[in-house]
Amino acid sequence: MAIEFKPSPSLPPPSNAVGAVAWVRKNFFSSPLNIFLTVFSFYILYLLVPPTIEWAFLDATWSGENKDACTAGGACWAFIVAYFDQFMYGLYPQTEYWRINLAAILLALLIGMYAIKAINKLILSIAVLVVYPVVAYFLFAGGILGLEVVETSLWGGLFLTTLLGVVGIVASLPLGVVLALGRRSNMPIVKSVCVVFIETVRAVPLITILFMASVMIPLFLPDGLNFNKLLRVLIGITLFSAAYMAEVIRGGLQAIPKGQYEAADAMGLTYWQSMLLVILPQALKLVIPGIVNTFIGLFKDTTLVYIVGMFDLLGRIQSATHDGDWLGTTTEGYAFAGFIYWAICFGMSRYSMAVERKLDTGHKRN
Amino acid sequence: MTDRNMALAQLEPGEDAIIEFKDVNKWYGEFHVLKNIDFSIKKGERIVVCGPSGSGKSTMTRCINRLEEHQKGQILVDGIEMNDNLKNIEAIRKDVGMVFQHFNLFPHLTILENLTLAPIWVRKTPKKEAEEMAMHYLERVKIANQALKYPGQLSGGQQQRVAIARGLCMKPRIMLFDEPTSALDPEMIKEVLDVMIQLADEGMTMVCVTHEMGFAKTVADRVVFMDAGEIVEANTPHEFFDNPQHDRTQLFLSQILNH
Repeated sequence: MAIEFKPSPSLPPPSNAVGAVAWVRKNFFSSPLNIFLTVFSFYILYLLVPPTIEWAFLDATWSGENKDACTAGGACWAFIVAYFDQFMYGLYPQTEYWRINLAAILLALLIGMYAIKAINKLILSIAVLVVYPVVAYFLFAGGILGLEVVETSLWGGLFLTTLLGVVGIVASLPLGVVLALGRRSNMPIVKSVCVVFIETVRAVPLITILFMASVMIPLFLPDGLNFNKLLRVLIGITLFSAAYMAEVIRGGLQAIPKGQYEAADAMGLTYWQSMLLVILPQALKLVIPGIVNTFIGLFKDTTLVYIVGMFDLLGRIQSATHDGDWLGTTTEGYAFAGFIYWAICFGMSRYSMAVERKLDTGHKRN
Repeated sequence: MTDRNMALAQLEPGEDAIIEFKDVNKWYGEFHVLKNIDFSIKKGERIVVCGPSGSGKSTMTRCINRLEEHQKGQILVDGIEMNDNLKNIEAIRKDVGMVFQHFNLFPHLTILENLTLAPIWVRKTPKKEAEEMAMHYLERVKIANQALKYPGQLSGGQQQRVAIARGLCMKPRIMLFDEPTSALDPEMIKEVLDVMIQLADEGMTMVCVTHEMGFAKTVADRVVFMDAGEIVEANTPHEFFDNPQHDRTQLFLSQILNH
C-alpha cells in the first residue's frame, strides 16, 4: 500500500528575526559602515533641525504692519499674513473672493463624490469635465446673472497657478493619449504629423512657447481676431506637456505584450474598442509614475508665466518682496512658496501611489 | 478574379468546407514562411496541426483570423474571403474563437469581465444576458467559483480554461488553438485537454496546433504535418501514426514518440 503524503506544518520564524529590536539592528546597525552612517545622519539632523525650528516657529513674528515689527530674530511670517490674500487670489477684487472659493469647494465636492459607490461614474465624469468648467469659467470671469466682470489680467496668485495646473493636466492627458496612439499608427500621414509635433515641441523650451503665445501670435493674427492672453498661455502649456505625455504613454503602449493586442483583435473588437477597453487601461496604469512626473513638472513649470507678465503664486510673492515696507523678507517669501508647491506636489505623488495600489490586480503572467 | 475563383468564392451547398486555403503563400520579409498551402477543412472537422518549430503551423492557423496576412492565394472562411476589407475581417473574427499559448487574458479585468467583453461590445448582447452566458461557460470549464477573481490570481491551467470559455462566449463556429498546453505545468495539461475533448465531442470545428500526440490520436479527424512552410502530409490519425507516407513524417514521429 502507498504511503500517504502529509505536508509538514508551517512554523513561525525564529524570534530574533522579528520585532522592533531586530528591525533596528537590521536597518541601523548591521555593519560598521552602517553604524557610522546612522550616527553621522543623526549628527546632521541635530545640526539642522533645532535651528530651523527656532527660526521658523520659536523666534518667528506672526503679525505686524511692516518689517519693523519683526524684531525677534526669527522668521517674519507677518509679511506672509499681510499679503496672504494677494498670494491666494492675485488682484481679484476682494468682494468677489467668494466666487473662487465657491468654485474650489464645488470641485472638491465633485471629486469627493467619486468615493461614493452609488453614483454613476460616467455621469459624474461628464459633470466634472464638461459642466464644471463652464460653471467655473462664468464664476471666475463673471458677466452673467449679475456677476461683475473680472478681467483675466487681474487673476493671479495660487488661484492662477491652480487654474493653469489643473487645466493643463486635464487637457494634456487625453491629447497625449491621442498623440501616442497616432505615433504608433500604421497610417503614414497621421504618424508623421504626430512625430513632427512631438519632436518639435519637445525640442523647444517652454519659455519660448509661452513667449510665442503671448507676444508673437497677436502679431500674426489680423486685427479684431485677437483672443485672451490667458487662453493662449493655457493652450501653450497644454501642447507643451501633451508632447511629453505622449512619449510617456507610448512607453506604456510598448510595454503591453503583443498577445494582448492579438487577443483583442481575435475577438473582433474594433481598433478603438481594443485601445479603450484593453490596451490603454493597462498601459496608463503601467506609466502612472511617469504621468504624475509630467503632471508635477507641468505644475511647477506654470511659474514661468511670470515671464509673460502674469502673476501666479511665485510672481505675486516675488513682487511683494519688493514692497518698501517689507524689504528683506525674500527668504520667508520663498520658504512659503516652496512649502505650498511641495505640499501640492507631494499630495499628487501620494495620491498617485494610492491609485496604483487600487488598480493593482495581482502579478501578470503574460 | 478568374472563373475558377468565382466558383470557389460561392460554395456550393453540397460542399461543406468551412475553411479553405487556395494556394496560400506568405513571406516575413524575404523569408518564405508558407508555401502553396492548399487545404480545406470541413464543417465539424477536428484538425490537429503538428510539426517542428518554425514549420509555419502557427502562422497558418493565425492566417484563418487574419492575425497574420497572407500575400498570395486565397483563404475562405465560412464562404467569406479573407482580404483587406475590414468588414470581412470583423465578420470572420466574430465567428472564429482563438486560444493562445500564453492565454492572453486581460489582466485588468475580472474573469467574468474577460468573458463578457466581446459579447457586449462586438455582439451587442445586453450585459445581464452576457453575464449569464459567461457563467454558463465557466460552469462548463468547471471554474465558475473564480468568476470575480483576476487572471493573475489563477493557475496556468485555470487561466487557459478561462481563455477557452472566453472564446466560446462569442458562440463561434470555429475554434483555433495555438499550442494551448505548451506553457503549462505537466499536472495542468490534462485539465485543459479534458475541456478540449469535451468541446470536440460536441461537434465544434477545431484547428489545433499541438504537440500532444495522445490528444491527436483520440480526438483528431485528420492530422496535418508541416515542415518548412509546407504541408508534408495530412491523414487520419490511424494512417498518420501507424503508416506515415513520408520520410520526414517518420523521422518526426520517431523523435517525438520515442524520447
